[in-house]
Amino acid sequence: MAHPSTYQPRSGAEKWLDERLPVARLMHDQFMTFPTPRNLNYWWTFGGILTFILVAQIVTGVVLAMHYIPAEDRAFDSIEHIMRDVNWGWLLRYSHAVGASMFFLAAYIHTFRGLYYGSYKAPREVLWILGVLILLLMIATAFMGYSLPWGQMSFWAVTVITNLFSSLDAIVPGLGTTLVQWIWGGFAVGGPTLNRLYSLHYLFPFIIAGVVVLHIWALHVPGNNNPAGIEVKSPKETVPFHPYYSIKDGFALLMFLLLFGVFLFFAPNLLGHADNYIPANPLQTPPHIVPEWYFLPFYAILRAVPDKLLGVIALVSSIVVLFFVPWLDTSKVRSTSYRPVYRWFFWAFVVTCIALGYLGSQAPEGWYLFFGRVFTIYYFAFFLVVMPVVGKFERPRRLPGSITEAVLGHAEQPRSRKREAVA
Amino acid sequence: MTRHVFLNLLGTFLLGFAAPDHAVGQDGHAPEIARQSWSFAPPFGTFDNAQLQRGYQVYRDVCGQCHSMRLLSYRNLGEPGGPEFSAKAVEALAAKSQITDGPDDKGQMFQRPGRPSDRFRSPYANEQAARSANKGALPPDLSVMAKARAGGPDYIYALLTGYRDAPPDMNLAPGMYYNEAFPGHQIAMPPLLQDGAVAYTDGTEKTLDNYARDVSAFLMWAAEPKLEERHKVGMRVMIFLLVFAVIMYLAKRTVWAPLHKHRDTQSS
Repeated sequence: MAHPSTYQPRSGAEKWLDERLPVARLMHDQFMTFPTPRNLNYWWTFGGILTFILVAQIVTGVVLAMHYIPAEDRAFDSIEHIMRDVNWGWLLRYSHAVGASMFFLAAYIHTFRGLYYGSYKAPREVLWILGVLILLLMIATAFMGYSLPWGQMSFWAVTVITNLFSSLDAIVPGLGTTLVQWIWGGFAVGGPTLNRLYSLHYLFPFIIAGVVVLHIWALHVPGNNNPAGIEVKSPKETVPFHPYYSIKDGFALLMFLLLFGVFLFFAPNLLGHADNYIPANPLQTPPHIVPEWYFLPFYAILRAVPDKLLGVIALVSSIVVLFFVPWLDTSKVRSTSYRPVYRWFFWAFVVTCIALGYLGSQAPEGWYLFFGRVFTIYYFAFFLVVMPVVGKFERPRRLPGSITEAVLGHAEQPRSRKREAVA
Repeated sequence: MTRHVFLNLLGTFLLGFAAPDHAVGQDGHAPEIARQSWSFAPPFGTFDNAQLQRGYQVYRDVCGQCHSMRLLSYRNLGEPGGPEFSAKAVEALAAKSQITDGPDDKGQMFQRPGRPSDRFRSPYANEQAARSANKGALPPDLSVMAKARAGGPDYIYALLTGYRDAPPDMNLAPGMYYNEAFPGHQIAMPPLLQDGAVAYTDGTEKTLDNYARDVSAFLMWAAEPKLEERHKVGMRVMIFLLVFAVIMYLAKRTVWAPLHKHRDTQSS
């Protein structure tokens, strides 16, 4: 939020630097005194949590890269070398692997929070689009990272996902095949594929970090949305980010780390798949090829469509549709709390995503496939039908006049009713 | 012992559940695997050194005749959190195996007794030799087996104790055995592990059940040699985070208190 700078250089050196590169001023204004709505709830703490995990993933990843060997015949053993012989290697590797799951858990909560409170609506469309871009980059990064242990599931996940591009053969014969061989660096998934996946897996997190900077920049221009979904009307309705939200985010981060710790120390393989402890074998397909849990809803959508090309289009659309959410939702009201009709559709959408996640882990046959299709249809209908139509016809509940009123809740209402009675 | 029980209870209480310590898969075709009780399974569980030592004996005398464990070295047998054989015992165990080394000054490979730094000696020189000695079947490497199958040590125990007579309506392929726990029930591995097959010296009963249990625990350690360290560090980290979180919560309440007071005076 544009606010007057309150930074005062306290020494000659600070003054000198401030006139040349006002980086201390930037930090002071954006992360210390930044005016933040005083009514943010704990769902708003996931941005800070995500920043922490991104940094943790990069730090653990850089150290892991010092010990990992991206070669077809050595990758699996080099991971086991990390687990057995590198000092604290087991902690680094499990932190990184479990950290990926925690990253997606937090990112999904963060995204659902944005959806529920309408944080994508004007003037925060660019902020939202950058967020979807980060999600897309995360998906690519996690997929490439999962390939690196070069176990059975790594190998076959790469085979299945890269083969999706071959569906382009249905448009231009030969185009898909050529593209897939270009991606593989050969006629099958192999050493060259592993090398390039590793190279890109190291590159992408830094691109994510760059987009995160833009994401925070785009947040700091209009300022935070808030649970009431109404604009800040006076400076009294805000508090400086530090200490109010630095400490609230800090507490939330610790609670999140406790959950992280449960998985990391007591069930590090619970979220993974046993088959990935079998070295990659191109001659033996596992009975079920299943992605990591955080991709299961998308996997269910892919398999719900009987045609390969259309399935891939559905898969890509399920994420791309998020880019258009700011314009698909026609309601003027941001917060779903004040939208009595839309609210039901929203929670049905949350249930749909969880159901698709479960169905993605099951074989696509019988009732599983049937419900996979039902939920896939609702997934898209939510964006393409519910968002535009409900916004037009719904009568939202009365919005509070200000954040102050929203915070005070019903305390003022009896008084106003009394006044009405007198009148 | 009582300390372990207490820590297990504490862990179960703190975490609200006893987390299974192995990968859980969702292979719909695999038969149900019964859960066993393991000393290392609870959140703060540890390995039973004596059990791991017996398990190593079972591996070396029976499993190791066909199955390699190429990721383990003899020195691992003496490391903390494992079977914890004495340094002398590790040297003696390593020296029992003849290791191919070389080439020497004349360019010849030669045999020498194993050293603690050597990897476990593999029973076959290569995959082809292993297959030809086993009617075409390849005995898989056991280094991370306890993490590479849904069910982990439970599965290994179920498999080793799962040999039965084939149902009359089932046509077993020649040279195959019927096993309840194995997906598809036809397994090429013969039931070599039988009552009395391994000479335990610590008074433990020489039964198939004990052998299967001990070697499953041993394979879990082999797959996850840092499990004890992980549990120990985990407990400390969790306690630290809990205390830190309480302090942070109180600090947060203190910092926000004036704002909430302000709200109360406004509303009254």
